Amino acid sequence: MTSRQLYPQDQLWDAAERILSSAESDQTEVVIGAHRSELTRIANSTIHQNTSEQQAEASVRLVIGKKVGCAAGNSLEADALDELVRKAREITLLQPDNPDFVSLPDAEHAVSVNAFDEQLAECSPAQRADMARVIIEAARRRDLNAFGSVSTEAASVMVANSLGVRAYHDLTHGRLTALISGETSSGWGECLSWRLDGLDCETAAETAVAKALQGENPVELEPGDYPVILEPPAVSDMLMFLAYVGLGATALQEGTSFMQEGMGQKVADEKITLWDDGLDARGIPMPFDYEGVPKQKVVFLEAGVAKDVVYDSYTAHRVGRKSTGHAFVAPNPYGPFPSHLFLSPGDSTQSEMIAGVERGLLVTRFHYTNIVHPKLTVITGMTRDGTFLIEDGKIRGGVKNLRFTQSILSALQRVSMIGSEGKLAEVCWAPALKIDSFHFSGATQF
Amino acid sequence: MIQFEDTVRLAIDECLARGVDYADARWIDEESERVLVKDGKVEGIVSSHSKGIGIRILWKGAWGFAGVAETDKDSVRRAVARAFEIARASATAVVQPARLAPCDPVVAEYSTAFKIDPFQVPLEEKLSLLLDADQAMRQAAPVRVTQGHFACRREEKVFASTEGAFITQHLLETGAGIEATAVEGSEVQMRAYPSSHGGDWAKKGYELVQEMDLVRNASQIAEEAHQLLSARQCPPKQTTLVIGGAQMALQVHESCGHPIELDRVLGTEAGYAGTSFLTPDKLGGFRYGSPAVNIFADATVEGGLGTFGFDDEGVPAQRIPIVKEGIFSGYLTSRETAAQIGLERSGGAMRADGWSRIPLIRMTNINLEPGDWSLEEMLSEVKEGLFLDFNKSWSIDDKRLNFQFGTQLAREIVNGELGDLVKNVTYTGITPDFWCSCDAVGDKSLWHVWGVPNCGKGEPVQTARVGHGTSPARFRNVRVGLMK
Repeated sequence: MTSRQLYPQDQLWDAAERILSSAESDQTEVVIGAHRSELTRIANSTIHQNTSEQQAEASVRLVIGKKVGCAAGNSLEADALDELVRKAREITLLQPDNPDFVSLPDAEHAVSVNAFDEQLAECSPAQRADMARVIIEAARRRDLNAFGSVSTEAASVMVANSLGVRAYHDLTHGRLTALISGETSSGWGECLSWRLDGLDCETAAETAVAKALQGENPVELEPGDYPVILEPPAVSDMLMFLAYVGLGATALQEGTSFMQEGMGQKVADEKITLWDDGLDARGIPMPFDYEGVPKQKVVFLEAGVAKDVVYDSYTAHRVGRKSTGHAFVAPNPYGPFPSHLFLSPGDSTQSEMIAGVERGLLVTRFHYTNIVHPKLTVITGMTRDGTFLIEDGKIRGGVKNLRFTQSILSALQRVSMIGSEGKLAEVCWAPALKIDSFHFSGATQF
Repeated sequence: MIQFEDTVRLAIDECLARGVDYADARWIDEESERVLVKDGKVEGIVSSHSKGIGIRILWKGAWGFAGVAETDKDSVRRAVARAFEIARASATAVVQPARLAPCDPVVAEYSTAFKIDPFQVPLEEKLSLLLDADQAMRQAAPVRVTQGHFACRREEKVFASTEGAFITQHLLETGAGIEATAVEGSEVQMRAYPSSHGGDWAKKGYELVQEMDLVRNASQIAEEAHQLLSARQCPPKQTTLVIGGAQMALQVHESCGHPIELDRVLGTEAGYAGTSFLTPDKLGGFRYGSPAVNIFADATVEGGLGTFGFDDEGVPAQRIPIVKEGIFSGYLTSRETAAQIGLERSGGAMRADGWSRIPLIRMTNINLEPGDWSLEEMLSEVKEGLFLDFNKSWSIDDKRLNFQFGTQLAREIVNGELGDLVKNVTYTGITPDFWCSCDAVGDKSLWHVWGVPNCGKGEPVQTARVGHGTSPARFRNVRVGLMK
């Protein structure tokens, strides 16, 4: 049974209407998320963890005057919903006014977008085990070891408020990862899709196997500045951190975003155009945010020029704008966040990019990236699962993993080639990038 | 509580009827409260409640797990059926059947010791405290953002196994903290108290928050955040570091706590968070640190955020030696991993993030034992160096060797005295080289068990609440100043 069958839409609406009708507040908002999430993990070429979880959670936000209070619970029973409202009201009445709070959003029509695949929703433990065995067998054929996971989720999101917002969306989410490991190297392949047929375990496994074999017996490389080709997972990771430190209205309004001085300025190479679009089916589409506001397409960087950030209703009211539909469930001190990032593709193949490097690196993905300086967009992290030395336009073999400490904007200013094909990883669809200089500040022992 | 005990017994009976090798069931009812204050206003107050049951089945050496929020009889039976179906699917791709180290099944009850129930403290009092601290930060210095939070969490947990264990635990946690952010041009500087990333937490009541004295400490962090804006940028160099207790907690967490998780060591986290350089061949002989370094995993320390009565396999809380006089001596273990490396029993480190997740090996309280140095003595032997504290950024490779950490606070040490602030300090090293460069650890009077409420691990990601007892420590020849 999928979440749609476990928690029928009527049941979720009944729960929401019960809360809205009993709240005794000036404004009320209900967010209900119901899901069934299942995950099969592989380690040492065996299935070692295999799990399923299901629940529905209701979050209530009450507004009385300028006072705002929240309560959340994971039971949709009538008594539990009544208790949720009572608790939210008690919390709301006890607190002082928040003068910055204006209103919950008014109702707007959100276009419907299909992001629900019945086959993925119905994917059984046996089907996930079949996919896991494809990865395991690909590794065994080359005397390598398989790790990774296959996850499937069916979910429903519903937002309603006392100003007339009524938004409902069903979605599915699938992810498959393959980490293939040898004695001295490892390789990575992954797929992320809302469709079951988008989880191509053969390609992910073979990509990871090829990288593990090509990276055997890695050599040490002196840290320093090198031209680098970042494959899509590494680009996605970097852009996600750019979004975190600078592409939301809270960071802009608090002065910690590069956008404060950069708006309207050229901050990246003119080949760089970056935007958020919750309706694009290459991502995991979502037509509205957790305030029920329809998602707008927001362009952050257009031909390298800084253009805009995303807003929720709270940050939008502060500056007299409309929300762009990027709120998360209240309370959220971090503010709005873009979770459907897209980077414009270029016209280069990966072979052409590699051919253009005299001496540099090809990086499959990053590991444990973190922010060193938010406004200068400096991040640090490690390379992982496929770091290769390129010399004279050819891959020479694997190198031991390196630590980078690099400003994201500086890297985006040095982009000389962009891949013609993109890939979805985490919350970002991105092509590969060739960056003419990238700072590696350290190295590790493997 | 009776109905929940019945629910757990029903789940175990259903598992036994299916002829499983082993099964356990955890029923959890969790309640939490969060109060957030920002820029002198209430950012949010939220009360959360979650309950459900998680059922773990071992069948023909393969695992299956299902967690459901609904705990009526039909839902529990369906969950058992799902967990069994999943275990059968797992069994199609199992090479080495899982085997569990023995564990005496116990019937027991455990409660966190506390003085003041944080849920009973009036909300007005908590708000007033945070707003007063916020105002004190704003009055002390021109800072751009001020934040404060309070949180508490109560967990009622009933565990039963097909081996006969039946354990009830009543766990309580409390945490709070404040932070000031100063901004000028392209510079952003933050200072937090009592620690960054969630303040400080403990398995205690509201007395923890009273002991913090947030209001009295607010002005200092605001002033330091403002002063850091105009501080000198840390230049790249090799130098001596004296690292304060809060940053040492992060150092222990990342470079010792994670690499001693035996599931990581044996590869079961390789596909996500990575593995570990502390392979079993190193156990008992590898020099992890200098003789000054002694580390224990202690789930019994009073008030530690990683303290409990029994883990989520029903194994009693223990104190395990990890590093003895610099030599790597022990792991965090589960029943399955203990059996895999031939240990007689589990060290009791299996914990799950709520009813809906499987237990994984998680840190308990990973404590750097105190040495016998005062802070003044540690500083007095440093001609030129840096005093660092309060984590700002953290990153470490997937075997936990190469790390790079940044701190909010850094002061020069000149001729044994603390000097000017410097900003944007990062330091880096290779884990055992770094710990081998440790030549002094602060004494018992400087030792504190820090609570870390946000340790991530596993797929889907689980958050664990762990503790780290630390005091300041000194390290020689450390590379600093990596930001370009």
